[in-house]
Amino acid sequence: MGSVIIEAKNVSVEFVTGDLRNIGLKEFVMRKLTGNYKIEKFSAVNDVSFEILHGDMLGIIGTNGAGKSTLLKVVTGIMRPSKGRVTVNGKIAALLELASGFDPDLNLKENAYLRGAMLGYTREFMDKKYPEILAFSELEEFEQRPFKQLSSGMKSRIAFSIASMVEPEILILDEVLSVGDGAFREKSEEKMREIIDKGKATILVSHSLAQIRRMCNKVLWLDHGKQMAFGNTDKICDEYQEFLDKRKSEKKKKHSDI
Amino acid sequence: MGAKTFVKNKFQQIKQYKFLFEELVKRNFIKKYKRTILGMVWSVLGPLMTLTVMAVVFTQFFGRNMEHYIIYMFCGNLLFSYFRESTKSGMTSLYNNAKIFSKVNVPKYMFLLSSNVSSLINFGINLLVLFVFCAIDGVAFTWKFILLLYPICCLVLFNIGMGLILSALYMMFRDMQYLYDVFTQLLMYLSAIFYSIDAYDLHKQYFFYLNPVYVYIRYFRKIILEGVIPKPTFHLLAAGYAIVALIIGGIVYKKKNYKFLYYL
Repeated sequence: MGSVIIEAKNVSVEFVTGDLRNIGLKEFVMRKLTGNYKIEKFSAVNDVSFEILHGDMLGIIGTNGAGKSTLLKVVTGIMRPSKGRVTVNGKIAALLELASGFDPDLNLKENAYLRGAMLGYTREFMDKKYPEILAFSELEEFEQRPFKQLSSGMKSRIAFSIASMVEPEILILDEVLSVGDGAFREKSEEKMREIIDKGKATILVSHSLAQIRRMCNKVLWLDHGKQMAFGNTDKICDEYQEFLDKRKSEKKKKHSDI
Repeated sequence: MGAKTFVKNKFQQIKQYKFLFEELVKRNFIKKYKRTILGMVWSVLGPLMTLTVMAVVFTQFFGRNMEHYIIYMFCGNLLFSYFRESTKSGMTSLYNNAKIFSKVNVPKYMFLLSSNVSSLINFGINLLVLFVFCAIDGVAFTWKFILLLYPICCLVLFNIGMGLILSALYMMFRDMQYLYDVFTQLLMYLSAIFYSIDAYDLHKQYFFYLNPVYVYIRYFRKIILEGVIPKPTFHLLAAGYAIVALIIGGIVYKKKNYKFLYYL
């Protein structure tokens, strides 16, 4: 077992929400004057610590709003923790919401280069990799089409191809392990396994406990931003399952009470 | 961390993201001109049509006693359009790319800088047209024309600073676009594009220098129409506006950089 790839120490992330979203200056001034301007601060992630070593695959579990996505944003550097710190040793590629962020007016090649540039690669690297990306996506005949003319399935195929061809060291997966139709799904799953094997570490966010049990050697369980547990996969998955069952039966009871 | 290492780090970062920068500029170009020659031509045609209308309307009122009135207006229009276009596209540059920077970790100022490049190129094309007009209108070209680079550089920096401020404001307040439209409209009338400020007495004339865009327009006219190099204090004023805008913009950006996500 090797070196530490990602270390998160007492990470807290504060999030602000409320009236500040989608508001105009005029409305803002009016609300301020009438005392009707409400913003709410809350900890989306509250004092979370974990460590990922070389070769690890970490699963993150928790119900909706547990802070999983926010935690990933901190790891990728999109957000900064308000307390604590995250140290990352390696190049990260996050496959968060694969198909978004492409430009509808650009064609496939231009979008691929733009995405490659955003992931921090050089032009030479993309020149070398682009033929592979195109071949993997099997979309050669659509190369010159603007993106708005492609179907959503095609978009996620090219997105996956780009993300997987660029050899990330640390891979972050948000519920995506495969895309596309039958044949392509199989191919992408295989490719994904290859990347995981080649890379240094992987983080997987999933609601499928079976998947987590099968793939991950460590698990982090979050609930309302708090760290419930971190460590052994089977033990924590069992606890989480129990927690879910309990909640379900409580809900049912409430229903039958009414 | 000292200022020097900060600058050095930033420089390193810019170098690292050169590829991204080029791709973004390319994207803006494709989107703007829609891959048509007409799109390119339009960026010259638009300003020329404005100029024609203004010449037809205003020559009777303001241009009677003025030599090279067309050039006089052209200078004003050229610089003001550049200012307006650059700051307006800069203002929306962050919000329009929010989908990207909320998913991928990229330096957000790249979106602003790349949008500035597009309008700068547009400005360059129209500057060439201005020189053609100068030649036709019999304006004498002198070595002093090289000095025009000075106000251009100042205006570029000023626009970037304004863009930083405006893009942050636009992230916070969605109606900034309309408010800014009103603001630029008013500022345009205060920039003496088609009239001369000589009609006011000397004290009142100084008020015009509170408007940075007017300072840059004035610089252009002094060099092109009067063949005079402005005073050192004038140079200081021109640079001062740019630096102040850039500093305020930098502070706003630094402070808000990681908070933009809250507004999405």
